Amino acid sequence: MAVSGVLLVLFLVAHMVGNLKVFVGAASFDHYAHWLRTLGAPLLPGSGYLWIQRTVLTAALVAHVWAATSLALRARAARPVRYAHRRPVRGGYAARTMRWGGVIILLFAVYHVLDLTTGHLNPVGDRAHPYGNVVADFAPQRWYVTLFYTLAVLAVGLHVRHGVFSAVRTLGQRTAAGERRARVAALAVSVGLCAGYLSVPFAVTVGLVG
Amino acid sequence: MNLTLRIWRQPGPGAKGRMVPYRVTGVSPDMSFLEVLDMLNERLTLEGADPVAFDHDCREGICGACGVVIDGVAHGPQKATTTCQLHMRHFRDGDTVDVEPWRSRAFPVVKDLVVDRGALDRVIQAGGYVSAPTGSAPDAHALPVPKADADAAFEAATCIGCGACVAACPNGSAMLFTAAKVTHLGRLPQGQPERPSRVLDMVAAHDEAGFGGCTNTGECATVCPKGIPLETIGQLNHDYLRASRRPAGSRP
Ligand code: HEM
Ligand code: SF4
Ligand code: FES
Repeated sequence: MAVSGVLLVLFLVAHMVGNLKVFVGAASFDHYAHWLRTLGAPLLPGSGYLWIQRTVLTAALVAHVWAATSLALRARAARPVRYAHRRPVRGGYAARTMRWGGVIILLFAVYHVLDLTTGHLNPVGDRAHPYGNVVADFAPQRWYVTLFYTLAVLAVGLHVRHGVFSAVRTLGQRTAAGERRARVAALAVSVGLCAGYLSVPFAVTVGLVG
Repeated sequence: MNLTLRIWRQPGPGAKGRMVPYRVTGVSPDMSFLEVLDMLNERLTLEGADPVAFDHDCREGICGACGVVIDGVAHGPQKATTTCQLHMRHFRDGDTVDVEPWRSRAFPVVKDLVVDRGALDRVIQAGGYVSAPTGSAPDAHALPVPKADADAAFEAATCIGCGACVAACPNGSAMLFTAAKVTHLGRLPQGQPERPSRVLDMVAAHDEAGFGGCTNTGECATVCPKGIPLETIGQLNHDYLRASRRPAGSRP
């Protein structure tokens, strides 16, 4: 759970930084997408690096979902008779929504790949010029797409907040001060990711990027 | 005070149970929660009904026998307090209070609110001991222990094995209990020889008993009547990772 989660968070950070190139301009953003496809050439075939990354990501995702499913099944088996009256006392919303939140994020990721990678669900869907796809995606009249992306990114933020904290603890961080540091770091990572990801659709919607 | 208690009644192991409402009148705010159950049981006995079975022993918060889930919270609303030490002044006249046993596959209900917590003993048997001959009580400071280690070990050693952590955990995990035992022995010199095998064996026994896996939600440490801190689970994970990296042959 922790190791595959850390890989996924590393991807989220890299992806966010890549997205921010939208603010540099269309040429830079499209060049970046092109660069991703030629990275490693001529050692690797076309899109070779991208396929390595996709393979690692898929493996991490499968491991992550498998671990989550077995934990959920164990939890279910561990309490065959439910409480009639149950009240969470810690009130950790992020911690309590990890399972359904994870499912929602997965569904979002499927939609998102069909939208901005393959272009099937994108109004433009020009694979050679992702900048145009992004601009078309978050145009003001497609506010519902922006809204959906916003909710998905917030879900990712919640998921990452508890995820980072829990991963640090699972990987052996063990002092009280470290526990506080882990909470602060998890919050910082998740707020940073949310801000970075959300800046792109909002910039398009309000016309800063067009 | 007058209260309505809705209590889980289950005639025996494996039998079907249900929540049954009881009116209790004349409750004093100075009574403990168990004394209210005593009062109800006296009345039920006089009426010829079956009294509510519940576990208790010391009634001073040190034996760990008495836990029940009160209004959805293990050991009730008061922080760092066992059910026997919970006083009725924390409730209001006219309240309806739900009382349920610990819910865990590893803790089968014996009757009503009594569960069999033997699974925790099996986790202890797997490694919650030192085999160094200790003899009679040694002189204080005969074996120097750094202050930080002594404090951490003592804090962990206050675990009374009540099982509230399991009852509160959304995963039904007993990791806080296991971590308290691992930390208690692992931070002391006497606990070092078996430190790697202890954590591996106790976690294996924990999983074997049917407890769920920990996801660091922290519900356990919030309800723990002894305030065992969540960081003990970090200590357990740390010891576990270190122990599983050692080659199998080097295990004591
Ligand atoms: C609102 C913020 C986001 C924007 C604007 C955005 C934009 C994009 C774009 C333009 C691409 C295609 C890149 C290319 O063709 O080279 C892409 C790919 C991808 N995005 Fe996002 N993204 C966002 C958020 C996310 C989030 C939160 C996730 C994680 C759940 C995610 C997961 C992915 C994945 C897995 C791919 C790669 C698919 C592949 O090529 O194998 N994205 N994104
Ligand atoms: S860790 Fe706390 S809640 Fe769990 S058994 Fe020990 S005293 Fe009870
Ligand atoms: S009866 Fe001993 S702790 Fe409550």
